Amino acid sequence: MDMSQYLDMFIEESKEHLQHMNSILLDLENSPDDLNLLNEIFRIAHTIKGMSGTMGFTKVANLTHEMENVLHLVRNREIEVTEGIIDILFECFDGLEEYINNLVDTGAEGDRDTTDLVNRLKSIVEHKAVVSTDAVETATVVEEAVEEVVEATNDDVFMIDVNEGTLEVIKKAGQEGLIPLKIKVVLHAESMLKAARAFIVFNTLEEYGDILKSYPITEEIEDEKFDNSFELIFVSKLDAATTKNEIEKISEIELAIVEEIHVDGSVSVAEEEPEVEDVEVVDTSVEEKETIVPELPKPVKKEAKEDPKQPKAKTTAKTVRVDIERLDTLMNLVSELIIIKTRLEDTDQSGVQNSHDAIEYLERITTSLHDAVMKVRMVPVERVFNRFPRMVRDLSKELGKGIKLFMSGEETEVDRTVIDEIADPLIHLIRNSIDHGIESPEARTSKGKDETGSVYLRAYPDGNTVCIEVEDNGNGIDEKIIAAKAIENGIVSDSEVEMMNHKELINLLFRPGFSTAEKITDLSGRGVGLDVVKTKIESLNGTVEVDSVLGDGSKFTIRLPLTLAIIQALMVNLGEEKYALPLNNIKEITTIQSSAISLVQNQEVVLYRNKTLPIIRLNEVLDVEYREEQAQKDEMIVVVVRKGDQEAGIVVDSLIGQQEIVIKSLGKYLTGIKVIAGATILGNGSVALIIDPNQLF
Amino acid sequence: MSTIREYVIFKVAGEHYGIDIGNVENIEKPFAITRVPYTDEYIIGVVNLRGNIIPVIDLRKRFGIEKKEFDEETRIIIVSVNELNIGMVVDSSSEVLQLDRENVDAAPSISNNSTINFVKEIGKSDGRIIMLIDLKKVLGVEEMVELE
Repeated sequence: MDMSQYLDMFIEESKEHLQHMNSILLDLENSPDDLNLLNEIFRIAHTIKGMSGTMGFTKVANLTHEMENVLHLVRNREIEVTEGIIDILFECFDGLEEYINNLVDTGAEGDRDTTDLVNRLKSIVEHKAVVSTDAVETATVVEEAVEEVVEATNDDVFMIDVNEGTLEVIKKAGQEGLIPLKIKVVLHAESMLKAARAFIVFNTLEEYGDILKSYPITEEIEDEKFDNSFELIFVSKLDAATTKNEIEKISEIELAIVEEIHVDGSVSVAEEEPEVEDVEVVDTSVEEKETIVPELPKPVKKEAKEDPKQPKAKTTAKTVRVDIERLDTLMNLVSELIIIKTRLEDTDQSGVQNSHDAIEYLERITTSLHDAVMKVRMVPVERVFNRFPRMVRDLSKELGKGIKLFMSGEETEVDRTVIDEIADPLIHLIRNSIDHGIESPEARTSKGKDETGSVYLRAYPDGNTVCIEVEDNGNGIDEKIIAAKAIENGIVSDSEVEMMNHKELINLLFRPGFSTAEKITDLSGRGVGLDVVKTKIESLNGTVEVDSVLGDGSKFTIRLPLTLAIIQALMVNLGEEKYALPLNNIKEITTIQSSAISLVQNQEVVLYRNKTLPIIRLNEVLDVEYREEQAQKDEMIVVVVRKGDQEAGIVVDSLIGQQEIVIKSLGKYLTGIKVIAGATILGNGSVALIIDPNQLF
Repeated sequence: MSTIREYVIFKVAGEHYGIDIGNVENIEKPFAITRVPYTDEYIIGVVNLRGNIIPVIDLRKRFGIEKKEFDEETRIIIVSVNELNIGMVVDSSSEVLQLDRENVDAAPSISNNSTINFVKEIGKSDGRIIMLIDLKKVLGVEEMVELE
């Protein structure tokens, strides 16, 4: 067994608990008297303490331990929930989060020093009525004890069976002067990560001798397939009492029952243990399970010596927790695939019609399979959203602006790869809203607005995409200031600005090098502009739009594709080359007479459905080579694509058809090629490039 | 430590070049290359090598030598540098050569010539001169790392 295999699990679970703690802390702030919340938060701190203790992460364990003490007093109404207490709890939360993040990155807790925090927690505990705590402490102990009694009834019955093979080894060990012992280890009822705890017991014992056999078998212990206890046959130089002591030194061990095995089969008990039932009382069903040969003494002990705190270069893998139902669906689909495979093999003999049917069936299955795999990769945006209430709370305090955050659609799901990427852009947008958007309370009252500003964060699925909106009811975006700033920063010229409409002016915000922050705060205006947000979202094949009414607020809408790996695309020909256009960008396909095109400011446009449609000649953009006869045609095939509410017509030579394509990246060597979103492999094995229409206009 | 190293030898415009065999993944006959716009001229496109998209550069273009149509002898050498797999089109390649350290000299540092810049060392074998090239420079991987 190796501790590192539990690390991922520990991190995953701790993160979930921390998320939960965060949201409860926020609730607690609003209703400090809610005992349920207090109990919940206490429970979480306790759980994390247990887990981290097991894993040997002492800093986390210490911090949570002190939190627990304070929470305990609060829960018993000995300390009132003041703002100070909540702030300190938030600080603890931050500390814990940092530790966990360090664990993710380096495998160690990191150097953050929380001694100060721990001391403050301690002083809170000390300054309050200490007298009564003892009483409460004992009360809970009694409670726990009651629970345990129920389970403890069969603690002293041994299930492990000394069979022939084991007996041989025991005899041999006896001749070498080693003492064979039968050990039953009972863990605390509420112990976390039992398998890891068992691992520690194994390790400790293996320092002194050899474990011959265990019940349940080692694999099952590793998989945590045991209740609160497990049994071992162990040979070493230690006698029963010393062994018992050694085991009980490990935390979260309720008790260890150690008996010496005499070669004749009888047993002698480590002194303090009360009457022990006879070994013969072994259920036959258990014997059946126990068909394993005695395990050979494990020679490897290196791992055990490894310092768990030593930073490891290894970072943890990205994981997704998957609903078992989704996996079942996948499994069913795969079985169907196998069936259809056999059917296809058969159709070789039985004619064309059958094979058509089979192919159609195959197509249905692959589509469902794609769907199912996609769903497995989906996680709710809640994972990103849950950090925002805290952020808004802190910002609102810091800036002295009253702000309320309204969130909706947290359950909306997006691809796992997207979830990590959208956090930063969203943070940026929310900060912007609060820093630039929402006015100061005085300014708001003078305008007749509610003194408290509102920020709305909404997520919802929209067809093949997911929308995330950040809206505020602040001052909105002043296009005059934008224009002035853009000119000042040399992004556009005076004359260009005059030609621009409201939308275009606001969109200047997304230009690189644009920053309106008049005073630099540590929130925004650090030179990282909205162009970074835009680039990030576009790298995920998404779009950002902004809408604003001066005086009433602004709204940023992020639109992301549901899936990243497989898309529907329109395949087109350009000269000798083939390209793929993602279907979700395409509005329609039409033909246009080349005579209908007119030139406006060096841009070819055509009047289409009473709107001017800019024309983009893809062959020119991509620098495609032509043979003579292909050059000019009277009637052109135009694919109308849309980006937000802008549209453009892309001229292509001919259409091949709609196809499901797998997106492959061009790799690190060819990054940042504009207009190209990736590549895909065609049926004939050749490569076609995927166009990103968003970058065409 | 052995002083003998193995090199894959290939020819471009009549000259012999060598790269450390450790950098070579495989050698392929040319197949469909898809042009990629907005790249340096010497990057001629991407190929599908068993399901992986791999960029391909033309060494003739990289060395500033005039273009030549692909023929029977043309090969794409797939190399691996900094965990990147990249294909290099060469005129021909059919030899693996062992070179003793003694037969390898540092490259003459006279250059304004672009080809020579890519040459790290000069190997001698049976009276032939073999230019051992600096893959990172040839592929432009070095510049990339600096950019990051």
